[in-house]
This record gives sequence, C-alpha cells and structure tokens, in this order.
Amino acid sequence: MSDDTQRDEAAQASSRGIGTDEWVAQHEQRIATSTGPLGAIGRWWLGLPRGFQWIIPLAIALLIPFATSNDYIIRIGVNLGLFLLLVIGLNLTVGYAGLLDLGFVAFYGFGAYMYAFVASPQFGIHWPTWLAIPMVIIVTGLFGLALGTPSRRLSGDYLAIATLFFGQMFLVLAVSSDAVQFPWMDEPIDVTGGANGITNVDPFAFFGFTFSSVTSYYFLLLGLIVVGVVATLRIHSSRQGLAWRAMGEDALAAQHMTIPPVRMKLLAFAVGAAVAGLAGSVFASVQLGVFPSTFKLPLLIMLYAALILGGMGSVPGLVVGAIIMVVLPEVLRFPDYSNWLFFIVLILGVVMTLKRWKPILAVFAATTAIGFAANGIFLALGVPYLTTAEWAEGPLAPVLGAWVFMPEDRTLYGNIAFVVLLFAIAWMTTRSHRTRLIALPFVLWLAVFTWEVRLLIEPSVTRQLLIGALLIILMATRPQGLFGKPRVEVL
Amino acid sequence: MEYFGEQVVNGLIVGGVYALIALGYTLIYGVLQFLNLAHGELYMMGAFFGFFAMIALGGPSAAVVPVWIMIPVMFLVAMGGGAALGVAVERFAYRPLRKSRRLAALISALGVSLFLQSAALLLFGARVRLYDTGQFIDLTSGFSIGSIRIDVTEIMVVVGSLLLMTILWFLVNRTQQGRAMRAVAVDQDAAVMNGIDIDRVIVITFALASGLAGAAGVMSGLLLFPVDQYMGIFAGLKGFTAAVVGGIGSIPGAMIGGFIIGVVEALATGYLNPTYADFIAFLILVLVLLIKPTGIMGKKVMAKV
Repeated sequence: MSDDTQRDEAAQASSRGIGTDEWVAQHEQRIATSTGPLGAIGRWWLGLPRGFQWIIPLAIALLIPFATSNDYIIRIGVNLGLFLLLVIGLNLTVGYAGLLDLGFVAFYGFGAYMYAFVASPQFGIHWPTWLAIPMVIIVTGLFGLALGTPSRRLSGDYLAIATLFFGQMFLVLAVSSDAVQFPWMDEPIDVTGGANGITNVDPFAFFGFTFSSVTSYYFLLLGLIVVGVVATLRIHSSRQGLAWRAMGEDALAAQHMTIPPVRMKLLAFAVGAAVAGLAGSVFASVQLGVFPSTFKLPLLIMLYAALILGGMGSVPGLVVGAIIMVVLPEVLRFPDYSNWLFFIVLILGVVMTLKRWKPILAVFAATTAIGFAANGIFLALGVPYLTTAEWAEGPLAPVLGAWVFMPEDRTLYGNIAFVVLLFAIAWMTTRSHRTRLIALPFVLWLAVFTWEVRLLIEPSVTRQLLIGALLIILMATRPQGLFGKPRVEVL
Repeated sequence: MEYFGEQVVNGLIVGGVYALIALGYTLIYGVLQFLNLAHGELYMMGAFFGFFAMIALGGPSAAVVPVWIMIPVMFLVAMGGGAALGVAVERFAYRPLRKSRRLAALISALGVSLFLQSAALLLFGARVRLYDTGQFIDLTSGFSIGSIRIDVTEIMVVVGSLLLMTILWFLVNRTQQGRAMRAVAVDQDAAVMNGIDIDRVIVITFALASGLAGAAGVMSGLLLFPVDQYMGIFAGLKGFTAAVVGGIGSIPGAMIGGFIIGVVEALATGYLNPTYADFIAFLILVLVLLIKPTGIMGKKVMAKV
C-alpha cells in the first residue's frame, strides 16, 4: 500500500463525520474494492476527480440531441427529465425530512392544471410564461403548506395514508369537475375537462423565444435538473438540510436539539410541492395538454421506486434510480429488447448467486433438459400449440422456438404457470440451500415459460408487476438502496 | 323523513362492510403498530375469489347447488383465500422487515399493493365483473319498515357482518390465542418473556384480518358493487378512515367507525352531490386527525423513548 492511499484513508476517516459507524465506512470500502471488470470500472470511476463525475454525465446528456435525430429518444429524455425533477422534489420531503408523502403526485397534477388554467383556451386566459410559472410554483407551494397542516399532528403511518387518500381525492376531483355548479352561476361550468382533460395548452415562451420543439424542452429540463442537483447538494449539509435530516432520523431528538419540528415539516412539504408544481407546468406545456390519467397511483409508486432504488438522500442515487425507472419500461415496450434483457438478468442473477462454475453449468444444463422434457410432455398430452414461425421473432427465435413450448391458449397456460411460479418461488425461499439448488432449474424453466407465454405480450401489466416485486425484494434485501449507506442501529 | 331513514339504513348496510375492513387494519395495527397499506387489495382479491367460486358452482343463473349452499361456499372460499394470501404477504413482504425502519415496511406494502393489483389484472383481465345477485336471490323478497325496503341480501350482509364481528370478539377475548394477541399488542417484549410465540400470533392476526377482508369483498359483490382490480383502493382508504374514527387498535371502535362512515357517506350521497361522496370520508379523516387523533375509543399513548 503506497503512502498516497494511506493518506487518503486517513483523510477519509477524519471526514467520515460524527455518527457514521466505522464498520459502515469499511463496508463502503469493501464494495469499492470488489474484483473483476465491474470492480475495475467502479475503481476508475471513484478515482476520478469529483467534478468529473458530474461533468461526464452532463456532457453525455448535452450531446444526445446532437448525436441523434430520433424524436422518440429525445422524448424519453424529456420524460426522464420530468421524472428526475419530481424525484428531486420528493427527495426533500421523503429522503431528508422523512415525511412519507403519498399524495405527492397530486401536487404534480395540481401544478399542471394550474398552468393549464392560466395558459389555455379553457378559460380563455393566456398569461405570459414568466408570470404563469412563478404563480404556479407559489400556489402549489401554498397548497402543499395547507396539506401539510394536518401533518403537524401526524406521524409516519397516519401521514402516509392521509396523503394517499388526498392523492386519490385529487384524481376523483379532476375527473369529475367537468360540470361544477357554483351557487352564484346559472349553469354548471367545465373546470377540468373531466376525463378528457384540457388540451391546447400554450407552450412556454420567454421574451420572444417559443419552446416549440421537444429538443428545446429537453435543454430546458436539463438546465432545471442541473439547478435542482446543485441545490440538493447545497442543501444536503446546509443548516436547513441538517435540520431536515435530523428530523427525518428522529423527530423527538431533533426537537430537543431546538429544531422546530412543525416549521420544518411544513417547509419540507411546501418546497417538495413547489418543485412538483414546476415539473407539472413543464409537463403541461410539453404535452400541450393535461390528462387526469397521468396522475394515478403507478406514477407515485414509480417515483418511490426510483427514490429507494438509488438510495434516499443520495444525489447520484436519485439520478441512477430515475434513469432505471424511466428507461427500463421503455425497453420493456419492445418484445425483442425485453427478451434480451430478461435473459441477461436471469443468467447474471444465477451466475452471481451461485458464484462457482460447476453448479452454474449444471443448473443451466438441467434447465435446458427440463425445457425439452416439458416439450415432450406437452406434445404427449396433445396440447394445441403454435409453431416457431407463428410466435417467435428476432435473433433469439430459432433457439427459443425449439426450446419453449408455446401453447395456443397463451392466457390459460400463462396464468397457470404464473401462479405455480409464485408458489414455487415462495416455497423455494423457505428451504435449505441444497433443496434450493435442486429446485432452481425447475423454477428457471417456469420463469422463462411464464415470461414467453404470458408476460411478454402484456408489457404494461408486466411493468407494474415487476416494479411491485422490485420494491418488495429491495426492501427485504437492501433497504438502503444502491447508493445509500447501510444503517447500523445503535441502541 | 322516510328518505332520511332509507339513507341511514343503506349506510348501515355498507357500514358493515367498512367495519369488517376497518377491523383488519385495527387488528394488524394493534399487534404490529404497522398500517397494512395493502389491506384493500386483499378485499379486492376476496371479491374475485367469491366470484370465481360462484362461477365454479355453475354461475349466477344456472347454479348446480342450492343458494343456501352456494353463498356459504363463496364466503368460505373468499375468506380462506384471503387469509392464505394475507399470511403469504406477511411471510414474504413484512416479516423480513420487522426489525427495520417503519418506512421500509410501508414502502414494501406499497409494492405489495401494486403487485396484487397487476397480478389481478394479469390473471382475471380488465373486465369488470358483477355478481348478478338478482339471478339467484329474489331481490323483491324481504320486509319493509314503513316505506323502507330491506331485501334478503341486505339482511344477509348485515347479519353476516355482525356475526363475524361477534366471532372475532369471542376469539380475541375468550380464547388462549386471543389472550396472546392482546398480550403482544400491549408489550411485545414482555409477551416473548412469557413464552408467547410472536410469529404465530402475527400469522394468526394476519389470517383473521385478511379473512375478514375477503368476507367484506364477497359482501360488497353481493350488494352489486362492481368487482375489478381497482376496487380495493377506495375501500381500503374508507376502512382505514373507519378504523381511525373509532380509534385505531380498538376492536369495538373499528365497528362503530365503520357504521359511522357508512351512514355519513350514504347521507352525503343522498342529500349532496353523489360525485363528492368520497370526499366526505376524507374530510372526516382530516377532521378526526386534527381534533381527536386517538379516535372515539382510542386511548392516549405517550411516546416512549
């Protein structure tokens, strides 16, 4: 070990800060010194100067619009930008202040509707953008403050469910307010446009420059995210950030350290809501419309999944979590890509859990054999089936077509396989290591069969199913996320 | 006045369903101090299980067994299925998190909720199912008080929910396991020291709570509520509101809360705009939380450090 690394370690030890356990710090180092090609990339990345770690992804993001003229990719980038902005706002409320706000998506929707009210033909009002955006941010922030008021009395669970209720209420209100009868008016008026939403929303326009193309919004969002990331990094160790984080860890202890809990909670709510409002107004103008179906529960769960996947309170974690959560569903949209992804994840998962070559090869050989055996059984039973040419596509087709039996009634057999798969996984996790190894090929084959027969043709359901499963598994195995620090409870 | 009476009766009937859901929240909260956000999904699954039990017995119009066998079978399947599912959820989604932060368990519950919803969508399809109760129960039968009509299904739902509540009360207050449950609710560590198997108590609690949710699902189906994969969200939220109104952790509180929510909601539907009836439950929740967070029957608890 050279002098340099020793000095680095000493510096790290002193900068570790109060409250971080030594074991935890070493744990981080153990991860950093992992071997293999992934470890090498990780070490190279961690060895870069801190500034570069931010500049490289930013440069890549800046170059994307010049490298491709594909509108679809830019649009994914815009979705990612909006999503990331929301996650940054959610991180303040949930990651720092520890308030489980399950009505967060309602603020996003509220911001979008507010912008649509003042900049669309809905009421014939067309405010200039420089006036509309600050208004939306302030009103949404105040709205967050108002909703935060009951949170004064509420801790954890109660707050979660009260805000969840609120989020659902917002949705009902948005859908049903297409004929509101005000007492002082003769006829009911259309406020939100009901399930069809509001269309023809004005695009942003600053001082003569109109944001007409998707690319222009891409750059706008990139700018907003840079601001958001820098702000989050600044807040992290600021007076305010420390107060929030202290309250998130232990509200009672924080109160005894003279941190005013009510004011901190309300502020966290308001700031998170304001960021969501901003994202909402950008959303309304990118889409040139607002539709209530956007603000449903799955979006909220996706946001939480992104926040948790990366690790709450960690900025690189937010970025990576958002990228995974936005790009992955897009990949799942194309059967060809999602097939590749599925097999790569499956094979990597087996390789990483078994680690040694002999059992890995044995498991794969057994899985292959089971596949052919199952084909024989299905044929012997006389189950009507589809030929390879009728269902398989892409480069994997010849292999899959020969190996996977595709029954004609995909729904029935797929559903049975899905239920059996759930039972098999549940059974397997409660058994000994030996039994698990023996059962693994069967479960793998069942997983592939379920995937090819049923899940692949229902991408939107599969996406939600996988996100739900991901949250459960992540919480059970690595609740601190990919980038978060593991917590050591000190009693 | 007659209209008023009618709305109150309707409210009491639906309130029975809410009370059963609320009991589930309260039972689990009492034992684990944890809000099972996925509880509404078990209610939804119960409604589906009951529906498919009915289809398996020949369907609403051509049942192969008499009605008095079919309906108990539907209830048994839904309660059994719900209980099994609830125990599985506890075992795989909540038990690994029992020692970690509260936030982790809540997020896991959110995952369970999404997973069950999309699993229902995958397995049962997006079609809305109706029990079509009129095909096998004569909805014109029943009796009237003045001009208020109560049909057989409604009587069955009210009697059924009261019966289940009585059984639950008996189980919790008069049996050895119930005593263990109450002991765990008061102090987990002390319960362990007295030789109570906590895992067993928690499994039983989840089985009871989810079984009740399953029964509530069948009842709402029999009352002709549409059955689809999203029905659990609002029912769960209202059940939770009922539990909070009654005082979370208190079993009689959950019953009273359920009936209160049902009646208030029915009155709001009858006298105000029906679209905003869902709002009433939310307003009640916020008001109760602001004025008396411990609910009607709840006890004030000091935070222990």
